[in-house]
Amino acid sequence: MKWEKYLVPASLDEALKTLAEYEGQARVIAGGTDLVPQLKKKERTVKCLVDVSRLAELKGIHHQDGLMRIGAGVTHQQIAASPLLRQTAAALAEGAAAVGSPQIRYMGTIGGNIVNAQPAADTAIPLLALDAEVEIASKEGVRRQPLEDLYVRPGVSKVDASAEIVVAFRFQTLHGKRGSAFARLAKRRSLSLPILNAAAVAILSKDGALFEDLRLALGPVALTPFRARKAEEALRGQPVDGESVVEALVIASEEAQPRTNPLRGSAEYRREMVKVLLGRALERAVAAAKA
Amino acid sequence: MERQLIQLKVNGEERDVVVSPNETLVEVLRDRLELTGTKMGCGEGACGTCTVLLDGKPVRSCLTLAVEVQGQEIVTIEGLAEGAELHPVQEAFMEHGAIQCGFCSPGMILTGKALLDENPHPTEEGVRRAISGVVCRCTGYAKIVEAIMAAADAL
Repeated sequence: MKWEKYLVPASLDEALKTLAEYEGQARVIAGGTDLVPQLKKKERTVKCLVDVSRLAELKGIHHQDGLMRIGAGVTHQQIAASPLLRQTAAALAEGAAAVGSPQIRYMGTIGGNIVNAQPAADTAIPLLALDAEVEIASKEGVRRQPLEDLYVRPGVSKVDASAEIVVAFRFQTLHGKRGSAFARLAKRRSLSLPILNAAAVAILSKDGALFEDLRLALGPVALTPFRARKAEEALRGQPVDGESVVEALVIASEEAQPRTNPLRGSAEYRREMVKVLLGRALERAVAAAKA
Repeated sequence: MERQLIQLKVNGEERDVVVSPNETLVEVLRDRLELTGTKMGCGEGACGTCTVLLDGKPVRSCLTLAVEVQGQEIVTIEGLAEGAELHPVQEAFMEHGAIQCGFCSPGMILTGKALLDENPHPTEEGVRRAISGVVCRCTGYAKIVEAIMAAADAL
């Protein structure tokens, strides 16, 4: 814990300028729930912290013409408690409700959860299933990138937190015959990392009988949040119940690459549980789409 | 290391403190303001004993930098009683034997208070979820849940 300065810029512009002045020696801090322990353990070193948690540009949950925009500075608690998100992006509200503990959820932000780049971050998996895009500000301007492309490996994202600031996330809301859900397996319900987590988005035909489209996301079964694309492909156009779902879950468990981990269990167990957990998420997503 | 003067509002009082930018809130509360009711446990956000209220919400003071919370309202365990009169959650913890070693109690009591401020009539499940971020190794939690439920009735 050896930084020299803690600055609280009044605007996004000022924050970007401050980062630029420090030429890679400063780092963005929002809720600090991941960064502060990393700094304490000296896993990261910085000269200056730039606090973006008070920036108005990073606040708010807005919905317009079927498009949702969530500020990167919105806390997990705010997402979990949002009636709008519970209704139109349930998987994300459920994922945010599973982060850490209540005390962590009041401080931690969705932007931080993504920049921290853990392959099983409880908001990353639902955002991936929602096919979210990320708005990133730098001194060159604002760029938009699919969330999926942001990940490099555990703990490393393509957002350079010494020069760039994640501003917001966007995705299409789920209305009509569309639904989503999140499922999580962990040793306890609070303060424990997931053994597995899964999110499903189901887009059904008008009569609710077939999958018109779907998106399935899983973590941690790879170095980055994982889309089970072969399983999705197998289910497109198929009935929402019956043999095709069972087969698709087997495909998902084959394309996922969980590893044996002393905290998370054996690869064999976790591969088996992919079917169970993803099956639960998909079943609830379909039920939500039909409702 | 550049020290800076910050204003903190702790238990209703404005306090000017000179801090270094890497001091956590729990360090400033305990070592500079001598409010040692807030306990420091794991130091990495897992155990919850350092919980204080920030603008009424429970947060981890070991993960929060003091410079981060300038101007915000902080309540520690010392700020709950009004004079000699304990807060109903504190009374209930005594009455129900919800305290053994006492190390988790400040975090538990403040978390219980924050819950009851937001939801005066929580379910038992709601109480369990609210305190899920504070670890107690003595009581087995049952008496703590009973005490918070009883305080809800008393309020």
